[in-house]
Amino acid sequence: MDLFGNIHSVETMGTLDGPGLRYVVFMQGCSLRCRYCHNPDSWNPDGGRRMSVDELVDDILLYRSFITPGGGVTISGGEPLKQPQFVLALVRALKEAGIHTAIDTAGSVPLEISRAVLDEADLILLDIKSLDDRQAFSLTGMGNADTLATLSYCQAIGREVWIRHVLVPGWTLDEGRLSELARFLTAFSVVRTVELLPYHSMGAYKWEQLKLRYPLEGVKSPSRAELVRSRSLFEEQGHTVLMSCPEEEEKSKVS
Amino acid sequence: MKKRYPIDVRSYIGEHYTPYDGDASFLASPTERTVALWRKLKALLAIERERGGMYDIDEKTISTITSHKAGYIDRENEQIVGLQTDEPLRRAIMPFGGIRLVHTELKAYGREMDERVDEVFTYRKTHNDGVFDVYTDEMKRARHSGVITGLPDAYGRGRIIGDYRRVPLYGVDYLIAQKEAAKSDFIFDAMTEEVIREREELSEQIRALKALKEMAASYGFDISRPADDTKEAIQWLYFSFLAATKEQNGAAMSLGRVSTFLDIYSERDLHSGRYTEAEIQELVDHFIMKLRIIRFLRTPAYDALFSGDPTWVTESIGGVGLDGRHLVTRMSYRFLHTLTNLGPAPEPNLTVLWAESLPKAFKEYCARLSIETSSIQYESDDLMRCHWGDDYGIACCVSAMRLGEQMQFFGARINLAKALLYAINGGRDEMDGSQVAPKLKPIEGEVLDYDEVLDRYDAMTDWLAKLYIDTLNVIHYMHDKYSYEALEMALHDEQIVRTMAGGIAGLSVVADSLSAIKYATVRPIRNESGLAVDFTIEGSFPAYGNNDERVDSIARCLVEDFITKMRRHRTYRDSIQTLSVLTITSNVVYGQKTGSTPDGRKAGEPFAPGANPMHGRDSKGSVASMKSVAGLPYAAAQDGISYTFTVVPQTLGKSEQMQVANLVTLMDGYFKDRGHHINVNVLEKDTLLDAMEHPERYPQLTIRVSGYAVNFIKLTREQQLDVIHRTFHRAL
Repeated sequence: MDLFGNIHSVETMGTLDGPGLRYVVFMQGCSLRCRYCHNPDSWNPDGGRRMSVDELVDDILLYRSFITPGGGVTISGGEPLKQPQFVLALVRALKEAGIHTAIDTAGSVPLEISRAVLDEADLILLDIKSLDDRQAFSLTGMGNADTLATLSYCQAIGREVWIRHVLVPGWTLDEGRLSELARFLTAFSVVRTVELLPYHSMGAYKWEQLKLRYPLEGVKSPSRAELVRSRSLFEEQGHTVLMSCPEEEEKSKVS
Repeated sequence: MKKRYPIDVRSYIGEHYTPYDGDASFLASPTERTVALWRKLKALLAIERERGGMYDIDEKTISTITSHKAGYIDRENEQIVGLQTDEPLRRAIMPFGGIRLVHTELKAYGREMDERVDEVFTYRKTHNDGVFDVYTDEMKRARHSGVITGLPDAYGRGRIIGDYRRVPLYGVDYLIAQKEAAKSDFIFDAMTEEVIREREELSEQIRALKALKEMAASYGFDISRPADDTKEAIQWLYFSFLAATKEQNGAAMSLGRVSTFLDIYSERDLHSGRYTEAEIQELVDHFIMKLRIIRFLRTPAYDALFSGDPTWVTESIGGVGLDGRHLVTRMSYRFLHTLTNLGPAPEPNLTVLWAESLPKAFKEYCARLSIETSSIQYESDDLMRCHWGDDYGIACCVSAMRLGEQMQFFGARINLAKALLYAINGGRDEMDGSQVAPKLKPIEGEVLDYDEVLDRYDAMTDWLAKLYIDTLNVIHYMHDKYSYEALEMALHDEQIVRTMAGGIAGLSVVADSLSAIKYATVRPIRNESGLAVDFTIEGSFPAYGNNDERVDSIARCLVEDFITKMRRHRTYRDSIQTLSVLTITSNVVYGQKTGSTPDGRKAGEPFAPGANPMHGRDSKGSVASMKSVAGLPYAAAQDGISYTFTVVPQTLGKSEQMQVANLVTLMDGYFKDRGHHINVNVLEKDTLLDAMEHPERYPQLTIRVSGYAVNFIKLTREQQLDVIHRTFHRAL
């Protein structure tokens, strides 16, 4: 029997979600309500387009020449683990085709639901909203216990993890909090990369379209100095940091 | 049979070149002389900009290979010499294509026609005169409406590449002797029109070679003998290219594939200690500076079509030999390194012939330079090698031809979107209602029916393909007769292959229009005279650019169908019909001249450039777009399929290293899946917006448009906006 999933959209030139060039599947549905969410249109679990695993795999395989050398498929969302059977079947089919798989998750579902997917996927991009359970709750509407359990499980089974963490001024962009997270992560040998994502308000228009009030109205993007400092806090702890910081690059190399 | 004409540059390269697998670390910075010379030239370029893009015109001298005395930029510093006229950036008049055009050109820049020059052409006929003596009324109507457009009937056709390497390798005397031997052998039992023409052309070629020698002598060089070292090889080669640009203002004056040939000389000189790496790079830098200031006098109407003052001095770099060895050499790197030493520039049109088996270090170097300069285009050597061997060059943007063995009759392009509208409107032009095509029954139903539209389109393109070939026959007959490229052809074999290179514009508009008619409900809105001037669309339809077979198959059929129709007609000099999907920057002007189309594009809006999807209609990301474009069959469009990819740097990846790796992967994937050509622009949208406001701050800002590169600030405002509005690929 063919499984169906609700797909928000796909991006065939994924360069920002995992290693190499990737086909990114954005799954529909998420129970977190992050204040800075830039895809609130992916919350509704019944939205998007219904596609079968076969249909999606057939489409992905058209891009083999692009995604096999060093890249792969990233299943993102929404929260992909809200559709665990579909994602599991997809990961298995891709694995069979020799394609690298990554799951982009906030780890916001209990392990008994997500475990099978974590077992099968090649890489977990784990978004830790906040190491502080209360702040996580305040920021997303949910505590961080499932997220941390997900990380521990990955450590236990030796699954490679890239940590993602959004730097929100006034919330997570705080030296004390960042140092604590950096220290905390040193205990997990499966963490290969820490990706710091500077908060931006480019998703705000979507809130408007959905007739929602954008909760972080007025919050500015982090300054260059703040980003450089944040990066060094993690590097000091021996982490490999990935962060795009446009202002850091030369504005233009054109003379 | 004994080999009479032992001219074989390809074998010479194969036997003597040294493939280079290393990285870019050997490259040298500009010398003091280079810095001084470039500074001087930049100041002149600034004056040219201030004078509205026109530094100066020599309106008194009809340009020939020997018409101007020696000219210099800075005699003390320049290591490679030779200018088109007696002063850098000063443009010459070349009236043999058409004297009326020279009148228009001079008028546009507030100059007077010289009386003596004008008088010559009361006795001497031009290419343009010849063409209009023969054109039928039907041809004139199609040309006026723009259903056939951009035709080289008043300007030089170009797209001919002399094998300029022959001059340093053999010396001019040897080449003259070969041509003389060929001429004395060129006698058959009947003196037919063909034989007469070929004998006359051989005489012209010999005269041009003698003039080339004379021109070089005016700079103090004796190029009758072969070149001895790197400096001479570059100088000899440049003289022969320069002579071509003094004789012809062809739309595209491409250089060929010279870097790996020149590497043979520089490897020798490096080993013998004759020149150091820095000295060799200096010679290359000075050569490239000369190529950057090739100038032709053109009309504002021409500039609107082919914006940014392009000359298409295309140099093809890299590729792989038939013996399996790649053709990347240190000289390949040195040519590209001029983008660093001198900064980005649109000319020469640096074209990397990409192959899966090119060295990784070279691929990464190219990708890095693309990210920094947006000045490189890439074409699939794996695809072209099967058709054109391993010693072809690219003329203009995407037209491959075997060097010295092949030339093309450039045919600009037909407006496919207009043809579709003619099919719907019974041959009447949608802009002014005039009957351009034969009167057919217009489509009268309230809703457009797919089969009916296809049927009419079929009849309309039958008519158009025939008219197109006939028109090109007229043009090229007259071009050969009145404005023959004697020097360029002197650097070809006697027996050559000719192609008749047609083109189509508006492919994605027509593919999407047919898709809309097939999958949605399209109703024409007719004006009082029954002309469909707009359309309403109900429902959705798959758009080209999403790797969706339902519409991509339509696009493929459109290409295959049109070349098939072109192939049914007899061509001048038995040239072989080919087709390109390329618009250059003319997608803007073609759009202005085309009414609303059934895909929802409104009257006057630009087409997508080349084979690009219409902007804003791709919803699955740019790899899906690449797949749609790569699916177009090269075998049906052997004159090239152009795709322009523009991306902001952050979208390629989160670190510079990832950006380079991802760009290499993108190109490997695109070419593996049989893509033919890709322009790579890595740019910030804000940079372009700022450059529109403050052009003086961005004198060298270069971007790739369909098939070539331009200085962004030299584009018309409409074209600048088109570039900015067009797909800037950015992730969520």
